[in-house]
Amino acid sequence: MNALLAYVAQPAARNQRLSIVVILVAAAITMALGRGMLPDSLIRPPEWMILPLADWINAFFDFLRDDMGMLAVTRSIAGGVETLLDVTANLLYGKNRWPWLGPIPWSVVAITAAVIGYGLGGTKLAVLAGATFLWVALMGQWQWAMETLSVIVVAAPVSVLLGLLVGISAWRSRRLAAVLNPILNIAQSLPHFAYMIPVVVFIGVGPKAGAIVTIIFSVPPMIRMTLLGLQKVPDEVIESGKMCGATGWQLLLRTRLPTARTDILIGVNQVIMQCLAMVVLASFIGMPGLGQKLLQLLQALRIGQSIEIGLTIVLLAITLDRFTRAWALRQPVHVPRGMPWHERYRLSLVWLVLVILAGGLSQVFPLLAEIGRGQGFSVGAAIDVVMDRVIVAIYPVTDWLRWFLIVWVFIPIRDAFLWMPFAAVLSLLAAVGYAVGGRRSAVICVAFFGYIAISGWWDRTMITVYTVVVSVVIAALLAFPTAIWATGSDARSRRVLLICDSMQTFPSFIYLIPMIMLFGVNDVAVVGAVVLFAAIPLVRYTIEGLRGVPLGLVEAAGMSGATRRQIRRHVLWPIALPTIMVGVNQAVMFSLFMVIIAAFIGTQDLGQEMQRALSSADVGKGLVLGLAVATIGLMVDHLIMKWASTVRPPS
Amino acid sequence: MTRMNMLMASAAVTAMTATIASADSSDPIVIPTHNWSSQIVMSHIVGQIFGSVGTNVEYVSTDSQAVYESIRLGDVALGVEVWEGAYGASFDAAVEKGGIHSVGEHDAVTREDWWYPMWTKDACPGLPDWEALNDCAAVFATPETGEKGRFLGGPVDWLKHDQERVDALDMDFVVINAGSAAALWASLAAAERTGEPIVLFNWTPNFAEAVWPGEFVEFPAWETGCDTDPALGPNPDAVYDCGNPADGYLKKAAWDGMEDKWPTAYAVLTEVNFTNPQIAEMARLVDIEGMEPEDAATHWLEQNADIWTGWTD
Repeated sequence: MNALLAYVAQPAARNQRLSIVVILVAAAITMALGRGMLPDSLIRPPEWMILPLADWINAFFDFLRDDMGMLAVTRSIAGGVETLLDVTANLLYGKNRWPWLGPIPWSVVAITAAVIGYGLGGTKLAVLAGATFLWVALMGQWQWAMETLSVIVVAAPVSVLLGLLVGISAWRSRRLAAVLNPILNIAQSLPHFAYMIPVVVFIGVGPKAGAIVTIIFSVPPMIRMTLLGLQKVPDEVIESGKMCGATGWQLLLRTRLPTARTDILIGVNQVIMQCLAMVVLASFIGMPGLGQKLLQLLQALRIGQSIEIGLTIVLLAITLDRFTRAWALRQPVHVPRGMPWHERYRLSLVWLVLVILAGGLSQVFPLLAEIGRGQGFSVGAAIDVVMDRVIVAIYPVTDWLRWFLIVWVFIPIRDAFLWMPFAAVLSLLAAVGYAVGGRRSAVICVAFFGYIAISGWWDRTMITVYTVVVSVVIAALLAFPTAIWATGSDARSRRVLLICDSMQTFPSFIYLIPMIMLFGVNDVAVVGAVVLFAAIPLVRYTIEGLRGVPLGLVEAAGMSGATRRQIRRHVLWPIALPTIMVGVNQAVMFSLFMVIIAAFIGTQDLGQEMQRALSSADVGKGLVLGLAVATIGLMVDHLIMKWASTVRPPS
Repeated sequence: MTRMNMLMASAAVTAMTATIASADSSDPIVIPTHNWSSQIVMSHIVGQIFGSVGTNVEYVSTDSQAVYESIRLGDVALGVEVWEGAYGASFDAAVEKGGIHSVGEHDAVTREDWWYPMWTKDACPGLPDWEALNDCAAVFATPETGEKGRFLGGPVDWLKHDQERVDALDMDFVVINAGSAAALWASLAAAERTGEPIVLFNWTPNFAEAVWPGEFVEFPAWETGCDTDPALGPNPDAVYDCGNPADGYLKKAAWDGMEDKWPTAYAVLTEVNFTNPQIAEMARLVDIEGMEPEDAATHWLEQNADIWTGWTD
């Protein structure tokens, strides 16, 4: 806000800033046009500038592992996690481990889920939860889903606990919070694969590695929400707690945490969503279940069955999401004195009776205990046939599109990105930074891309940047009209938002294969897969931005004689723009994640190198590449946030 | 149903092999599975045979390159398919660090090279000769390769030196690397639908043989040293001017501690030996018949008792 006031109030400063921006842009253009005359050291980072960062990181990790004995520590932690996993694995799918009780019949699990749903959100949630587990059972996916859940029911609570502890510590110590914030920022923009390599080195492979990588991936939002919730607790509440004579711990446990309940539960919700997002990726290092099966099926091109598994993951995610949201919104119930116990625990009693009934019946009818793969109602084969027909039918269109995009759009843009001297790129970024946020932003932008220059991955990064830029632009061209159409009515926007939710949790690997079948192994398939993913936040935030515009404003504009088009251009869009830009920011983040995954189609960017680093368990290289991806995301994030804070009208 | 079958099969197996005194540790042997069907089925076959001699077995899915590090450290106990071409380097590197060793080779030989499905021959009748392939390079042109033909290679981390070969033999081809085996199959399936000619990286034994009949391109035959000595092969100035070995090994690998911890299972593993048709059959059961790998393993054991019962003596 201060920056804005200063900006408006001081024309001289404004002129000075403008002229610096012009100089920087001019320098960039001159260098780009006069590339032929530039010394080599300005075109690409010279040899002496590139630091052996990967070697340093590897030396550090070797030191940790071999000299510090970290391996023994991490392995014993992993051992603890494994003990928990063995218990859930026995209960859910009957792995041969203590307590040797399982597997619990599917009907019992489904009833339990439905009763919990009823308790949290009434009939609607009960139906959703029951139907989800019924679907899993009928599709013959029970075993796989339980393998997945056996890991998640361990990983999610551990992550929540860890997040609470770190969040509370950060709230108590300002210094820790200050250190933690940039770490969390980087952690949340590192590609998943970058985490996995150290996990393989320190933990090994298998369900325990899957659980630990899931915990690492899902803990940042929990830390953030705990910290945020505790900071928001009003002083009055604390005062009243103190007046009641509460000690420090009592204040925390009985006053602060319950008051921050809603924020903390949103954190829990985020943890669960992140856990489900990791289901497929974690199977690269041994997480069993749905993810692993999905990759096997895709390998054999069984798209239909893969889609069924994808739907299961989406259904589980939606159910758990609605559960935690309902839990977050629910206010604590106060039981009146003198209520008889059977009324007080009515729901638990109903559950007990139903479970005993189902458990007993499943002894008589084995189908209630287990539905095998062969007895399922999979329609995977039929979906495959339909897909085949569609691919053949639209082949002429896709064939032309592929040729047109590659020859006339992608190759020229890509060559342009690679042609730019690196000094010109840095100069241009400095100009953008300066224009948006003054000297500080300019320094930040140059520092971020300066890291990429010294990391030695300049060309690969440029290809990644090109893919992301092209994808986000195409996604925006598709998303904005969709969002405008969706805001036409409440029902429509609700439906479109639901589709966004589902597509976000739908495992992105499934998109890759049809994309290859349609377009082949090339940039069109890569961009196609990325666009599908990048469009989701664009649609979502545009809808929310447009619907967030106060109705009064629109009516006022209408009454002063503005046409619909004028209203859209001069009222709706400007007010919605900051929210839409958050969508753009998210779209860039999503694209960066997806570009790395699209390496499985075949790319020549950072993702391909990341894949190589994973297969050779090269921790240093993986982290250097991961940080290169993270810096792109962090830079865009910084610019957009800075920009949004200056355009937002004074409230 | 399937569980019942499995129980009966293993009961029968146990009866047959009850004479073996089991001194194996009661800790489960962890067997790694990868993302292709024949390997998963073979792992389950070996695992079920171990089960029949009274050893506990568990499976864990892992990356097929990173697995040698896991075997070396004893996180998993063994590997049933070590391909010379694809994993020879990772395996040798792990052997050098210590903790892992070879437990003999299968009869099956492996071959990995440029390959085409039969319909490609209509567009390029001179195949499988590599010079004939080069003459019809234009048939394989795509938008991204311009005038030249496209060769769809495997992921770069498979280290196949296709680009070096194209350069050494002065071929009119551009190597485009797919990012995964699934990307190769998807491209192949798409080409089948439209009848487009395609030449890509493939290997045997592999389920693809059963789905898409085809042939390997015949390059100048591999000679030992072709990758290091320019004098070998048709181009006197370049290495890699030859095809890949047509009879690569397929090994079994084990953690060094396995023999002490599970002597009986280890003795069985040294006997385990499969042929190309057997491995193709395992892949077929899963990829064509649509069986689950576990069931396919049980089925294979039931059908081929005469082959494997000898291994447990």
